Amino acid sequence: MSEEIKLMKGNEAIAHAAIRCGCDGYFGYPITPQSEVLETLMEIEPWKTTGMNVLQAESEIAAINMVYGGAGTGKKVLTSSSSPGVSLKQEGISYLAGAELPALIVNVMRGGPGLGTIQPSQADYFQTVKGGGHGDYRLIALAPASVQEMADFVGLAFDLAFKYRNPAIILADGVIGQMMEKVVLPPFKPRRTDEEIEKECPWAAVGKKKNRERNVITSLELDPAVMEERNNHLQRKYKTIEENEVRYEEYMCEDAEYLFVAFGSSARICQKAVELARAQGIKVGLLRPITLWPFPTKAIAKYADQVKSMLSVELNAGQMVEDIRLAVNGKVKVEHFGRLGGIVYTPDEIIEAMKAKIM
Amino acid sequence: MTIEDIIKPENLVYKKPDIMNDRPMHYCPGCSHGVVHKLIAEVLEEMGVVEDTIGITPVGCAVFAYNYLDIDWEEAAHGRAPAMAVAIKRLRPNKLVFTYQGDGDLAAIGTAETIHACNRGDSITIIFINNGIYGMTGGQMAPTTLEGMKTATCPYGRNTKLNGYPLKITNLLKELDGTCYVTRQSVHTAAAVRKAKKAIRKAFENNLNQKGVSVVEIVSTCNSGWKLTPEKANEWMEQNMFPAYPLGDLKDTTGDSQTK
Repeated sequence: MSEEIKLMKGNEAIAHAAIRCGCDGYFGYPITPQSEVLETLMEIEPWKTTGMNVLQAESEIAAINMVYGGAGTGKKVLTSSSSPGVSLKQEGISYLAGAELPALIVNVMRGGPGLGTIQPSQADYFQTVKGGGHGDYRLIALAPASVQEMADFVGLAFDLAFKYRNPAIILADGVIGQMMEKVVLPPFKPRRTDEEIEKECPWAAVGKKKNRERNVITSLELDPAVMEERNNHLQRKYKTIEENEVRYEEYMCEDAEYLFVAFGSSARICQKAVELARAQGIKVGLLRPITLWPFPTKAIAKYADQVKSMLSVELNAGQMVEDIRLAVNGKVKVEHFGRLGGIVYTPDEIIEAMKAKIM
Repeated sequence: MTIEDIIKPENLVYKKPDIMNDRPMHYCPGCSHGVVHKLIAEVLEEMGVVEDTIGITPVGCAVFAYNYLDIDWEEAAHGRAPAMAVAIKRLRPNKLVFTYQGDGDLAAIGTAETIHACNRGDSITIIFINNGIYGMTGGQMAPTTLEGMKTATCPYGRNTKLNGYPLKITNLLKELDGTCYVTRQSVHTAAAVRKAKKAIRKAFENNLNQKGVSVVEIVSTCNSGWKLTPEKANEWMEQNMFPAYPLGDLKDTTGDSQTK
């Protein structure tokens, strides 16, 4: 059978992919520019087919705590929102990380700070990869650059979340959420049965059976020695993830003398900038982090021995550039180029910035 | 000689519920929490639903309830237990899903989650401990603190001009279409304990029979926060809390009303 190609928005692809990857529940609250996720699910009514629950919560805070509650019973659950709403979810995200629950959060970023703008932005990089909520924790962060990746990363994020008992986040932006592209949706995967969940998640609170200890989903521990060990356990887990789950893509990097580093929609625009620059005889390549955490530190460090300089192209005032500088550790010049307020740069603007800042 | 040798089965008239762990409680002497915990344990065992129960603990004195009852638990962020309970009930409709919350948790920081869960009508049970004070953080003013009552953050007594009025949230919840059973009980006398147990049983039965939200408020003592002996605290509760929070069923759409 030939592949079924559809045309849809990135937000719609998230909804379809969630149903198809055997998701048990979605809990969300409307906010631009991601409302199509909830709207699409409500239109499809997956509870009539796969049995997936969909609920419009009273707030983003309630939604993330519904995710926490559901994830604590081993179910495959997600929420989506956009920047101001994701700020509201940070308490719950920290609890998910502390209680080691697998869950998926989708952030279709808009500009900030505050109520900001409904136009696209990538200004939640820090919030996503440096914490956001309180305490020492990490989220597995995937940055899609196409509608296809919006669809593909839902299943991937859940696989990683359950593999490591850790919340995962898809960090998209208003461009990826709103633009329409062709997409091949993932094949239907049945929801796990309760028996399969109990086997896969022996830690889940599903009702205590006589043959095991009670399961308690909590992030609380008042004994400092025990709490330090819990934190050390988390840090060991994060190290394992850093060693095994780094994902990135290279574009025309083999002979590159200059390097763009960009994620999400910025990487799409940089791809065009690479082509236009090369037509002018400038040997530039693009490294696109797919996982923002774990960050492709080693891959970027390697290019510090090859290229003359790097430009971090982000729709913000300079966030990922800090991680690139840490990676190259002063070996080459690393500058930042961004636009703010919801304005998206053109490929030509990026080339001009490259010439002005790093050549 | 073991306890089984001393007490012959035919003479056994009372025993600790099996799911109450042998762990010393952190609650202060005279506190109502221990009695309510025991009632929940007894009801779950009598109904035979221990293996199908998921409890949600709050932030507050009862945060460690999961140490005392041998069932599966999830520990909520402050005030968020009802949102979690709704999701769990949707995802696992055949489970008995209940929250156990204090007045600060349920009626201050978690008001939105409480109201919307009660309005949505999923069959969850809310056990609401109302002692008019924040116990765990050291006796600060709660939404349910009585007018004139002294706490660490209203040391001269609750002044309604400064602090607003005591929030009778259970009265609000009974107005919502999603609640099927709303009752206010206490556990300060043997008779009151028996009535409270019946209320909890009814609320848990509603839970499994998918009737809607059941709210069991237990007007409770906080000896440490109130700075009263257990006996005096009971007297003070009868004289001051009960007039503001009168006991009895506020709503019952499921059939026979138990008490007035």
